[in-house]
Amino acid sequence: MSEVADIAVVEKEPLLSKKNKRLLTDPLDDNNPITVQVLGVCSALAVTSQLLPSLIMAVCVVFVLAFANLAVASIRKIMPGRIRMIVQLIIIAALVTIVDIFLKAFAFDVSKQLSVFIGLIITNCIVMGRLEAFAMGNKPWPAFLDGIGNGLGYGAILIIVGALRELFGAGTLLGYQIINASEGSFLHGIGYQHNGVMASSPAAAMFIIGILIWIQRARKPKLVDIS
Amino acid sequence: MQDLINVFIKSAFIENMVLSYFLGMCSYLAVSKTVKTAFGLGLAVIFVLFITSPVNWLLHEYLLKEGSLAFLGESFATVDLTFLKFIAFIAVIASMVQLVEMIIEKVSPALYNSLGIFLPLITVNCAILGTSLFMVQREYNLAESTFFGLGSGFGFFLAIVAIASIREKIRYSAVPAPLRGLGIAFIITGLMGIAFMSLMGIKV
Repeated sequence: MSEVADIAVVEKEPLLSKKNKRLLTDPLDDNNPITVQVLGVCSALAVTSQLLPSLIMAVCVVFVLAFANLAVASIRKIMPGRIRMIVQLIIIAALVTIVDIFLKAFAFDVSKQLSVFIGLIITNCIVMGRLEAFAMGNKPWPAFLDGIGNGLGYGAILIIVGALRELFGAGTLLGYQIINASEGSFLHGIGYQHNGVMASSPAAAMFIIGILIWIQRARKPKLVDIS
Repeated sequence: MQDLINVFIKSAFIENMVLSYFLGMCSYLAVSKTVKTAFGLGLAVIFVLFITSPVNWLLHEYLLKEGSLAFLGESFATVDLTFLKFIAFIAVIASMVQLVEMIIEKVSPALYNSLGIFLPLITVNCAILGTSLFMVQREYNLAESTFFGLGSGFGFFLAIVAIASIREKIRYSAVPAPLRGLGIAFIITGLMGIAFMSLMGIKV
């Protein structure tokens, strides 16, 4: 009567269990790719002179990161060890080519502004870093979530830096004039001028990220670098 | 020749890959804790750029560009393979870095050990792919591409040795705890970037 009773039932982990949710929220603050893991810094500096390219770049990176993680985690068991890096690079390059062509078709102005930096997503340390650190040792769904989480963490920093740089550099946000410092306005009267250096030099992004790191580590002493 | 020297000076100083375009940041920040490792990485980057720039140029010119496949036959004359340039360039760079890794392991095992994981990470150094992509975008010829690669490499070398020296000194200063290490490195790099902006208007 009990022929069926002894088969063990494997508990399937719910799709958005606590562990999986942490994969999405950790990279936003605790394990942020830019300020804690020091990955993906190049593009964070170069594309953030305005808010719109930063937003588009963040979306592209989330897409590439999530699907590259998914792809590598799916084939990790059948990939030979010696050609691991080449295979990863080809997957990333293929995804970035798709993103590039997509952008050229649907957002041509922004793609001209971003020019080589879309291609540089291939060499974005976050993608390679997460592939090696996470996707190579985890199942496809958690890897996909980890990709989205890290992409969002990266995007959060990009949006903050982009917004600050555009706001103080040109007084606009997404093209809409917010701070009006033209001739005859109140701000012009007291001597305020748009800080052009912020908008044109990525050096300003370095200062902003330095201050973000300062704030983050002051709030969470365990992140302080004791080297 | 003067033209080529100009390209070199422009890419090494005026449009420095690290301090003007801010490419190559990850390995720049991670390896610059001591001058010795920074020196080794800088030399490796110069070597890789010196080889990959002309090779990528040849690949782009004779295989990928529109019309370059005409030598195969009439029907191939309109084929445009430039969308493959990301994959092609990164494959060339990956193999060259593998080569450099083998050479360094043979010639100087001490350097090989001190560079550790960052030697293979040169493959994903934005500065290297960025140099190739800029070279294609600006439509340089073969000689200009080689000098551009050399100049970019030399600029990277200068920048990383400079910040390594500053960081070595600053380790013994009273930096506030949350800023120690990474935070202060960002701010120093920002200041160096502004310093390099002073070279911006120079006409060579």
